[in-house]
Amino acid sequence: MPRSEAPPIPVTAHFAPPRLSLRLVAVWRRNFLVWKKLALPSIVGNLADPVIYMLGLGYGLGLLVPEVEGVSYIAFLAGGTLAYSTMNAATFEVLYSGFSRMHVQKTWEAIMNAPIALDDIVAAELVWAASKSCLAGVAILAVIAAFGFTTSPLALAAIPVVFLTGLCFAALGLIMTALAPSYDFFMYYFTLFITPMTLLSGVFFPQGQLPDSVQAIAAALPLSHAVSLIRPLLLGHVPAQIGLHLGVLALITVLAFWLALGLTRRRLLK
Amino acid sequence: MPLEISGLVKRYGRGADAREVVRGLDLKLQRGECFALLGPNGAGKTTTLRCALGLTEASAGHIRLCGLPVPGQAREARARVGVVPQMDSLDPDFTCAENLIVFAGYFGIHEREIRPRVPELLAFAGLEGKETARIQSLSGGMKRRLTLARALVNRPELLVLDEPTTGLDPQARHLIWERLRRLTAEGTTILLTTHFMDEAERLAHRLAILDTGRILAQGSPREVIAAHIEPQVVEVFGDWTEADSAGGSGAAAWAAAHAGALSHRCEISGETAFCYTDDAPPLLAHLARQPGLRTLHRPANLEDVFLKLTGRELRD
Ligand SMILES: Nc1ncnc2c1ncn2[C@@H]1O[C@H](COP(=O)(O)OP(=O)(O)OP(=O)(O)O)[C@@H](O)[C@H]1O
Ligand SMILES: [Mg+2]
Repeated sequence: MPRSEAPPIPVTAHFAPPRLSLRLVAVWRRNFLVWKKLALPSIVGNLADPVIYMLGLGYGLGLLVPEVEGVSYIAFLAGGTLAYSTMNAATFEVLYSGFSRMHVQKTWEAIMNAPIALDDIVAAELVWAASKSCLAGVAILAVIAAFGFTTSPLALAAIPVVFLTGLCFAALGLIMTALAPSYDFFMYYFTLFITPMTLLSGVFFPQGQLPDSVQAIAAALPLSHAVSLIRPLLLGHVPAQIGLHLGVLALITVLAFWLALGLTRRRLLK
Repeated sequence: MPLEISGLVKRYGRGADAREVVRGLDLKLQRGECFALLGPNGAGKTTTLRCALGLTEASAGHIRLCGLPVPGQAREARARVGVVPQMDSLDPDFTCAENLIVFAGYFGIHEREIRPRVPELLAFAGLEGKETARIQSLSGGMKRRLTLARALVNRPELLVLDEPTTGLDPQARHLIWERLRRLTAEGTTILLTTHFMDEAERLAHRLAILDTGRILAQGSPREVIAAHIEPQVVEVFGDWTEADSAGGSGAAAWAAAHAGALSHRCEISGETAFCYTDDAPPLLAHLARQPGLRTLHRPANLEDVFLKLTGRELRD
């Protein structure tokens, strides 16, 4: 057929809505099978750091700070620890492991030769990172309960919140993964975003301690919403403004995933 | 039809930076044939395959893969295709057997179904007993063969191989050729790209020579040779000086002085003159009288066609 007769194939906009299929389960399962091989070291790795900080700061500073918001400092710290360790676990997974699968090992390219689209792969990475952070979160919750820092059955309701927190930070992290030229790039994300957010989101001290001008910004950070949900649950109360906090986390997840997917399509499908 | 491409155009980049790397390509594969896409580096072979598989969007053209439109139903079509990509992309976190099982999972094939086939797939790739070997412990040739086994987990109708034997030793190349012949004998259609003329001459029922995104010649190896080049080649090299020549020496000087009259066409590459002709005896008789020159007389082959059509200059 002469070229001129061929109508052009429409160029799919990179930022079109995701088209997902159930095949994404196979991609999730691939990551799960790799994790299963090293499950124990992986859980210990995700657990050790936050637990050491929690006990060290909780018992050490706890001597100087008898009570915060009506509870012992360590009980206050427990909820914050669960929230920020979930953020870290999900972020690390999509940044470092995700980049390695996308760019270094070409795992995603191999999968795209099968009947699986890039959309499924990115969605599977999102859900996988949330799952992994949730597995680590459950382990941390078990330690918190074992030490008696939470005694309420409401603490179990923190598990789905942990999963949602994992989704939210996985989606944000995937934006970085889609843009990263190399692993070094991720240092900026931690230094400029994750670390300041950890300090401003009420993990280690109540946000009321911050200067007034910073408080409004701090309250809008995604980690603040996670802390506002997880801490009360661990202390046995129903969180205030539960719908707002869940809604913001869900909205960030959707918007960040959509952006991350568009950037990843632009990177890999050009 | 396993694959049908018409008017394929692919541009990379936008606006002033846009570069057309596939420029109006037509290709039709017959069921059960082995088709080779030959071309120098950067000709557009991999790009053509990526478009055909729906892994990148064509700028223009029509593609049907296993009867389904691409990119519209590329995902469904890929369920019936096996792919050996140019770069190995085996999963380093898994053993050989796990690589096959996990990859089958991407096709929706359950572990119950694939596990019993693993020894047979590994044996097909000459990797008997390597079930629990780690990917890092495999040689380059073994990785390539495992990639071939991986491409067969879904019993594909069409097997697409991008430079399947580049970087392999002769033993591994021969094993892969033998297996690919076995697959075509069983009815699998094969589309492969290669830089090796002997690979194309041995394996392909039909081939296309691609350069700068266009097909320059297409047909069976014999047809392509017959259509594009004189049947005889005499390669000339060695020492030569003629008293009245303009000071030059060697095969190039000889060619400048005599090749025009004695051959149809003559090309110089390094120290060797390649003379193409329909009638070799007069040329050979002349050469027999030049004591310093050595000659090699042979039938023209695909490499001669390839070099004629794509030139002798380096690419990239
Ligand atoms: N993603 C891309 N973005 C921009 N240019 C690209 C991209 N992929 C390939 N190209 C360019 O398109 C041209 C054709 O590349 P392609 O990989 O299809 O060639 P090839 O025939 O497979 O070559 P080789 O034999 O080296 O594998 C090359 O000039 C290459 O630099
Ligand atoms: Mg190539």
